[in-house]
Amino acid sequence: MSLFLRLLFRNRLAGFGAVVLGVIVLLALLTPLLPLHPPNETSTANRYLRPLSDGHLLGTDHLGRDLLSRLLWGTRLSLAVGFAAALIAGLAGAAIGVMAGYFGGRTDNVTMRGIDMLMAFPYILLALAIVAVLGPGLLNALIAVAVVNIPFFARNIRGVTVGIAHREFIDAARLAGMGHARILLTEVVPNIVPVVVIAMSTTIGWMILETAGLSFLGLGSQPPQADLGSMLGEARSALITAPHTSIVPGVMILLIVMSVNLLGDGIRDALDPRLRSGALARPMAATRVDRREVPPAKGEALLDIDALETQFQVGKRVYKAVNKVSLDLKPGECLGLIGESGSGKSVTALSVMGLVASPPGVITGGAVRLDGQDLIGAPYEVLRALRGRRVAYIFQDPLSTLHPLYRIGDQLIEAIRVHEPVSQAEAHKRAVKLLEDVQIPNAAGRVSAFPHELSGGMRQRVGIAMALANDPDIIIADEPTTALDVTVQAQILALLDELRQRRGLAILFITHDFGVVGQLCDRVAVMYGGRIVETGPTRAVLDAPAHPYTRRLIACVPELGAGRRILAAIPGLPPAVDQLPEGCAFAPRCDKAQASCKTGEIDLTGTTRKVRCLFPEVAP
Amino acid sequence: MGGYILKRLLSAIPVLLGITVIVFLIMAMIPGDPATAILGSYATPENVARLNRFLGLDEPLWRQYFIWLGNLLQGDFGRSFALNRPVLDEILDRFSATLILAGTAFLLCAVLGIMAGVISAAGQYGPADKAITFVVILGISVPSFFLGMMMILLFAVQLRWLPASGMYSIWGGGDLPDLIRHLTMPAIALAVVATGVVARLSRGAMLEVLRQDFIRTARAKGVHERRVIWGHALRAAMVGIIPVLGIQAGFVLSGAVYIEIVFQWPGVGRMLVDAILRRDILLVQGGVVIIAACYVGFNIVVDVAQAWLDPRIKT
Repeated sequence: MSLFLRLLFRNRLAGFGAVVLGVIVLLALLTPLLPLHPPNETSTANRYLRPLSDGHLLGTDHLGRDLLSRLLWGTRLSLAVGFAAALIAGLAGAAIGVMAGYFGGRTDNVTMRGIDMLMAFPYILLALAIVAVLGPGLLNALIAVAVVNIPFFARNIRGVTVGIAHREFIDAARLAGMGHARILLTEVVPNIVPVVVIAMSTTIGWMILETAGLSFLGLGSQPPQADLGSMLGEARSALITAPHTSIVPGVMILLIVMSVNLLGDGIRDALDPRLRSGALARPMAATRVDRREVPPAKGEALLDIDALETQFQVGKRVYKAVNKVSLDLKPGECLGLIGESGSGKSVTALSVMGLVASPPGVITGGAVRLDGQDLIGAPYEVLRALRGRRVAYIFQDPLSTLHPLYRIGDQLIEAIRVHEPVSQAEAHKRAVKLLEDVQIPNAAGRVSAFPHELSGGMRQRVGIAMALANDPDIIIADEPTTALDVTVQAQILALLDELRQRRGLAILFITHDFGVVGQLCDRVAVMYGGRIVETGPTRAVLDAPAHPYTRRLIACVPELGAGRRILAAIPGLPPAVDQLPEGCAFAPRCDKAQASCKTGEIDLTGTTRKVRCLFPEVAP
Repeated sequence: MGGYILKRLLSAIPVLLGITVIVFLIMAMIPGDPATAILGSYATPENVARLNRFLGLDEPLWRQYFIWLGNLLQGDFGRSFALNRPVLDEILDRFSATLILAGTAFLLCAVLGIMAGVISAAGQYGPADKAITFVVILGISVPSFFLGMMMILLFAVQLRWLPASGMYSIWGGGDLPDLIRHLTMPAIALAVVATGVVARLSRGAMLEVLRQDFIRTARAKGVHERRVIWGHALRAAMVGIIPVLGIQAGFVLSGAVYIEIVFQWPGVGRMLVDAILRRDILLVQGGVVIIAACYVGFNIVVDVAQAWLDPRIKT
């Protein structure tokens, strides 16, 4: 609860809304005790007095009644009606929704058909029709507003209830012999209360507006009693001669509804777990860069990742996803980057072209050089011109990484035309050719298919074709085969290898599977806890792993025809990168760890083969 | 696609029938005797009985419904006793005025609302987002009738830029520029709340979409950020925005009631309120049925637009 309040007031607007609404409600509650003129006391001599006149702070209306007094009494009435309508609609809607959702079947069907039918009316119209039946009057307006809002609550609550009704604890309660009534009251209702509260807090402003509207039309409160809406309605005829009689109640409605809305938004946000974690932030066009020093350029590799540091900064927490990682890639070379999920391999790959989601990602150090040009901190337009043209990506799940609403041909054509000003027809021809290159049968027909119409393997071929669209020098493949089944996986790997041979592509291949690395890669780098722990030629590393972690990782790969070997899972979990231990990050899971492994910084040592370990399995 | 539209049109028939049942039942629940209402309280019982028979009110309820429905289907909405003219004529006379007002307001709210939502989401937590969020909160909190009155005070009374009421000038006028001058204020006042709602939901939909993998793919291809936002992201977000537009279309159409009264716009809304106050039941019935039928039409348009936009929907 205190967390809730803290979150609520961290939102300054919600705090402002709470204060304003608090003051208004307090004034409304105290109205009978305040030294005011009676609200209905007329005085024809004092008609239309301006605000700040003697004895009438806000002036008087067309019958000489004190506006301040009428305003406060009207506010009292409007607030009471609004809250009452919200309460009635909320309770009735919740009751209907819970019944429909819990009992399901025919009850649900019949109820929801009726609700749908009611929702086929625009609600103002329905409210008007109800008032037409009941006749004008504040209570009737209240009923009308409450009734038209019931469907909204019923729908929402039903949805939530359906989700709960099939959960294990409900089954357990039923098996324990509890009756429906008891299950509903003790198991279901407590779980939907937050939803009802959110729905009420976000709609109460509407209900106050709607009742004010009905009163404004003369269908709500009847004279001499006045709520804010009818005050406005009565003042309308004197809008030009005495505008203050309109402005006073109008501004009050605005203040009430606005503060209720601000507070309602605040309550909703404070109760939404996604907002707490910052998961609703949208990633910017390029990853934010905040680095203090740039390491000096060295070497002449095609792609040189040098002491790269990428972090996720969430509130006060800092997750060091990539911690001083250095890799290099020569033309035509295939480098495998391997590690468990969470080891930082994907973040390393996305950092190259500034594609790490930001917020919360920040590149805090190091450099990424493409032909000697540092890409970290490069202007957006420079980065954009290189994306796809010189460095292209293939991502893991081709269903979510292709745009679901564009034809694959259009997605390919776009990839070509952002970098080359060719005609639509020419680009279309090339798109078909690309699809043929990745061995998609009937390419000319498939070009107008949507992603959901293709199989997983075909989709990934489209992903590869898109990466090849501009004949890049480097392809960064982020687990391109993980989502595919084994036979398709083998085909895709063979295709990538063939393209590499034919086009002289350099590939940075990210995977968690040593079997795949063995098939494709010249060299391999092993990542753990955001750092490189071992690197070297694939064959050498596979034959004689130097780091205990590499050895365990290789032992995880099943081998065809070697059925008697024991598949050894690595006990324990990879470390959380916001609280890395001192020394070797793998030490807590390592069976060879000594006391010295858990202190100080351990360097990556060696020449062609390097390892970050005090007690390597073999000398590097 | 054609088949889908047909299927959707057919599925609207039971909804429309349901609407007529609801409207009929609501009106049948009105306490008191319509014949007495028409003839006044001094009428003799014989005259009341005769009028009841003449109006068919001595029939059982279900027969009354089918007679009314049958007439409805033949375009006979009955006769307004207060205006002494056919309900349909009265509605049709006023409906074009309401459609002009609501249609303009709807266009405003769709275009401005989506633009504001996209700009807001693309610059989340930035100055533009904060400014838009503030204006949107104000917009959805202000009663449209109060906003209309304040606009009249400022633009018609103080600045004398625009006319305060009516649809055409009484002297001269009657042409399109004249209509636009009269339309500007009511259309804006009517659009404000809906624009706020659309902006708000568009922002949310865009934020959801911008976190998706295919946005990262577009960026990785080198697509310009402007195109990522207004092309890739907005296209996907429209799937969530269009149903909101459908709801707002209904809201604008029926919310026109307030604006028509404030600006004395000769539309259906004003007619309905007057009819309710006069208990002119057939006129209320007819107006409600027609507006609700329009709303059903909007929902069909929404579904068709949705299916056209999203090929994954089975048509």
